[in-house]
Amino acid sequence: MFKRLFLLPLLAASFFTACTGPGAETARLPILGERDVRPRADGGPADTVFAKVPAFKLTNQNGEVITNQTFAGRAYVADFFFSTCPGICPKMQGELLKVYNQFAKDQRVTFLSHTIDPAHDTIPVLMDYAQRLGVTDASRWQFATTGGHGEPSAKDTVFQLARAYFTAAEPDKDSPGGFAHNGTFALVDDQGHIRGLYDSLNAKEVERLLAELPILLAEIDSRKQAVARK
Amino acid sequence: MRAWLRLLLGGAALAVTLPGCFSSNKNQGERLYVQHCSGCHGEQGQGLARLIPPLAGADYLAKHRAELPCLLRNGQNEPIVVNGIGYNHIMPGNKALSPAQLTNLLNYIESHWGNQSVPRTIREVQQQLEACK
Repeated sequence: MFKRLFLLPLLAASFFTACTGPGAETARLPILGERDVRPRADGGPADTVFAKVPAFKLTNQNGEVITNQTFAGRAYVADFFFSTCPGICPKMQGELLKVYNQFAKDQRVTFLSHTIDPAHDTIPVLMDYAQRLGVTDASRWQFATTGGHGEPSAKDTVFQLARAYFTAAEPDKDSPGGFAHNGTFALVDDQGHIRGLYDSLNAKEVERLLAELPILLAEIDSRKQAVARK
Repeated sequence: MRAWLRLLLGGAALAVTLPGCFSSNKNQGERLYVQHCSGCHGEQGQGLARLIPPLAGADYLAKHRAELPCLLRNGQNEPIVVNGIGYNHIMPGNKALSPAQLTNLLNYIESHWGNQSVPRTIREVQQQLEACK
């Protein structure tokens, strides 16, 4: 009986380490994409330039123009869908709706869904889609098109943009609805860097997004505090 | 003694071959639902907001019972009203499902999440399929 008592200190020790263990060091999400190393003109240590979401100009469900600037200073979650998609989109948008509902009141993060079918998904169609999903405030979740003003290159533009967000999207006659795409969620930080990619069709991946979003928000908060101190 | 052995061998042979006579269609309706329907209609038939109508507790199922086999086979692309709410989203059909598979699938949907309908027979579903527009 008393032989087991020697385990007590071990048990006590494990309690203490449990308190100081993992939480103490701040986790940090990686910056995804190719990085560029640029030598400095003055011969100093070379600068590392991290990939960013390229410049974009979209029109949202209210007919308002939105650009990278619209999202600057905040985190956002982006995906690619089309309103008539009979395949993975309802599942994907349903998952994003879950994430949205958890962060609906948190102004530090917004949501952006791009249509990959700009010919069909006009601004009224996007508006209807958003409302049916229960999204009434466009500034919280933007449903956006590259073809809001009848741009002839709208389709190419959105496919290019999808690639920049690491989402595969292209026209495909054999796919349901005429487009082949995967349901990737991209988590973008306040400076336009992609910090996480998540497969919306996998419940564990969506959980990972829910866990990692607060990590990014904390990082953005600390960046803002550092700026404020200066 | 020999007869006894034969009986034993015969019994063993029967025990090995008999299960092969039954197909593995147990829970086929549920498996088909998960594979073909749950992506849009949800794992619990809950649908998605006002985009995708629910199946759980949907009045549409009882009101349009005879049309459902054709609806699953051919899909639909018209506005429909479920529990008083209008939906307008394309639903792809599935021409590859056999009458037996459609029967199992519909019986699964119509007996879960609060739905309670009289089970369909394959014959009934087959006749309804023949009348598809």
